[in-house]
Amino acid sequence: MTVESGGAVKAPPIETPKRGLRAPAGTLYRGTEGMWSWVLHRITGTAIYFFLLVHILDTALIRVSPEAYNAVISAYQTEIMGLGEVALVGAIVFHAFNGLRIILIDFWGWATQHHRLMFWIVVGLWVVTMLAFTPRHLINVFSH
Amino acid sequence: MTAIPAPRSGGGRGGRRTNWEKWGWIYMRASGVLLIVLIFGHLFVNLMTGEGVSQISFGFVAGKLANPFWQWWDVAMLWLALIHGANGMRTLVNDYVSRPKVRAALKIALVGSTAALIVLGTLVVFTFDPCLGADEFPDLVLSICTA
Repeated sequence: MTVESGGAVKAPPIETPKRGLRAPAGTLYRGTEGMWSWVLHRITGTAIYFFLLVHILDTALIRVSPEAYNAVISAYQTEIMGLGEVALVGAIVFHAFNGLRIILIDFWGWATQHHRLMFWIVVGLWVVTMLAFTPRHLINVFSH
Repeated sequence: MTAIPAPRSGGGRGGRRTNWEKWGWIYMRASGVLLIVLIFGHLFVNLMTGEGVSQISFGFVAGKLANPFWQWWDVAMLWLALIHGANGMRTLVNDYVSRPKVRAALKIALVGSTAALIVLGTLVVFTFDPCLGADEFPDLVLSICTA
């Protein structure tokens, strides 16, 4: 971006949706990748926040007794919770990569212009990371 | 018609005040980058090494918390993540809660729960006793405690 003498910021041209009449046109966010990255960032952030509250409390049991800690942590080692952990890690990985995308959009003009492409890069990195995590995690969950 | 102050004019309150929203914006980005390193490392060590989630027990965590490196790792994660999360929830409260009293009550709950959990978690990490309960549960604790 270039800052002109009056302090006004000249924004770079923005990709506009070309999806036919049903897609809302002329907006930066509504209905396209920008909106979905925003929605997913909020949903994953909220889910991670409430897990964090529980996780601090369950870890605090390490200070109570070995028996209390092992009892609660064994709840995380069941098949159902093992699948829940895939969802949790999926939420964390998306929030992490999309957060980096947001930072790049904020500070780097190229990323601002190509924010829709960058959403799909985030999705691609998420798929690769989850393909590396999920099989190994599920083997650990289901073989014990 | 209400006059809207020009951007960056300090909201008409006259300069010099700390711009807390700006520092919140910076905090979300700085802590976010650090949290990617801390949480990805946390997940890798706890879920991908050894037997993954199945290896986690009192003994496993006691072994980690005996090391100042993991103590500081966990405390940094606790502070950065909980404040990052609470500030994110504040954004949602501002966006979706329109009744002022409910909004204020939720923000007080956010500050209170964040402060309580940060104090609790920090005390747990730094006052942790790896030989806790060695007399009652000798099978569950590290072998050095019963020797």
